[in-house]
Amino acid sequence: MKEEFNIISNLIEENTRVLDVGCGNGDLMKFLQENKTKDIRGLEISKEKVQNCLSKGLTVIEGNAESDLKQFPKSSFDYVILSQTLQAFLNPELVINELLKVGKKVIVTIPNFGYWRVRLQLLFKGTMPVTENLPHEWYNTPNLHMCTIKDFYNFCSNKNIKIFKSIALKKSRISEINKSNLNYKNLDSHLGIFLIES
Amino acid sequence: MNKNIDTKKIIISNPLKLDCGKEINNFPIAYETYGELNSEKSNAILVFHALTGDQYVSGKNPITNKDGWWSYVVGKNRPIDTNKFFVICANVIGGCMGSYGPSTINESTGKQIGTDFPIITINDMVNAQYELIKYLEIEKLFAVVGGSMGGMQVLQFVANFPDKAKLAIPIACTSSHSAQNIAFNELGRQAIMADSNWENGFYSNYKLNPDKGLAVARMAAHITYLSEKGLQEKFGRKLQDRDSLRYGFEADFQIESYLRYQGSVFVDRFDANSYLYITRAMDYFDLSKQHKGNLSDAFKKTKTKFFVISFTSDWLYPTSENREIVMALNSIGADVGFVEIESDKGHDSFLLDVPSFLKTLGDYINSTYKVINERRI
Repeated sequence: MKEEFNIISNLIEENTRVLDVGCGNGDLMKFLQENKTKDIRGLEISKEKVQNCLSKGLTVIEGNAESDLKQFPKSSFDYVILSQTLQAFLNPELVINELLKVGKKVIVTIPNFGYWRVRLQLLFKGTMPVTENLPHEWYNTPNLHMCTIKDFYNFCSNKNIKIFKSIALKKSRISEINKSNLNYKNLDSHLGIFLIES
Repeated sequence: MNKNIDTKKIIISNPLKLDCGKEINNFPIAYETYGELNSEKSNAILVFHALTGDQYVSGKNPITNKDGWWSYVVGKNRPIDTNKFFVICANVIGGCMGSYGPSTINESTGKQIGTDFPIITINDMVNAQYELIKYLEIEKLFAVVGGSMGGMQVLQFVANFPDKAKLAIPIACTSSHSAQNIAFNELGRQAIMADSNWENGFYSNYKLNPDKGLAVARMAAHITYLSEKGLQEKFGRKLQDRDSLRYGFEADFQIESYLRYQGSVFVDRFDANSYLYITRAMDYFDLSKQHKGNLSDAFKKTKTKFFVISFTSDWLYPTSENREIVMALNSIGADVGFVEIESDKGHDSFLLDVPSFLKTLGDYINSTYKVINERRI
């Protein structure tokens, strides 16, 4: 978690305006508030988590990214962050489009379904993968649209979304993803982090 | 009912131009304060009361001898902790607890003003209370807070005085009164005016009171403050002090008895004309119309932080109407937080013991106070 926060924080310039979509209990918001910028908002669907955030004095709105991002004007944030939430939406493509409208830049992090540990579970055990990063069983998972680093990479190029930076994370090891190492990073990383722009 | 009680009161000598075109001056504002103002005057919170509220937010209300209307929220070690904050609450103009209203005695005639009192609006109420803040020499409030009509005043206050509050918390309210709410208010007013004791609003001249009408108004309104589920769970079809139906029009059901009781205690503390004037003010409230149909424009000049709260079972000021406020604020990039609190206590939730509401509100106010003081905005 900490590694992911550091990488996200390093992608953000100081004193910019940030929106964290699916901000959970506000841990990333708090982290960025202490390290990067005071001007940070959150959007979260769970009442309980929203209340936790507000209790910490964080500016968070209860809402659903699929319907409630519309209320923010175009380019009203310097960065919009979607941390490990894309797979939980009914319509991830629509959400990405909304994020790209609201934010000048968008940071998306993806739990990589192409990670070899995930692949091995399906290959050898023949069951849906359950890992540290993907702890749910198939019948109770909130994840509707799992994807791999390669899937998201290809999605961006197919949709003409500019990738400014793409970073792979394995445990605490950080590396850059590019076209030539894409297959390898897709196999060897548990998390992908993308800085994109429409 | 302007009983002779020792209310704190100031006389506003500055003329106040009302929305209806009339001007008032040398009028009283009754208020109460709790806690101490700190030396930097940075801990003041102005609380706005709802339709039938008054300045007695916390502690014992000297008129009713009951707890103040927001005792769950304001007081020592409460979410708005009076060990820390200086809390101010004024009776609205049009009210009947000492501020200028229809039951105020006109000194030249020695009689109550009655329906010669001018029509007032939420805007007028807020402008009058601003005079109190000036009198208390508070340059900038830490927060303005209120539920229902109190929330409308919060919105109006920030729109009128964009740099006079650091934080605004409108709760269970709306930016413009809906047709349904106008309809319920009209029902209440018609009940009062249909009472033969009303005498066109000059009942006090005849030593009369339209108690029956006012009680019916209160009963109808009281239903709107609860939820269907809450009513069903609390009362269901339970009978009142009897084993079977009596085949008459007495209060067979507990809910009937409850409503009758609510009506009867209400008339002892509230003036019928005040009920007419204040409900009218709520009906006239339309903040977006004040800004040519664009609610966002009401908040364009402000840097105030907002925290909007609604309740799941509130059908009088539903979440959708509270969300409109949030959307208007978001569309101009204002600093706004929002949560809908789970509760089956209906609109009244903001007045009651709803733990997740009280906790979130208290934590938010306290951590924001800390952040703002650290940042020295």
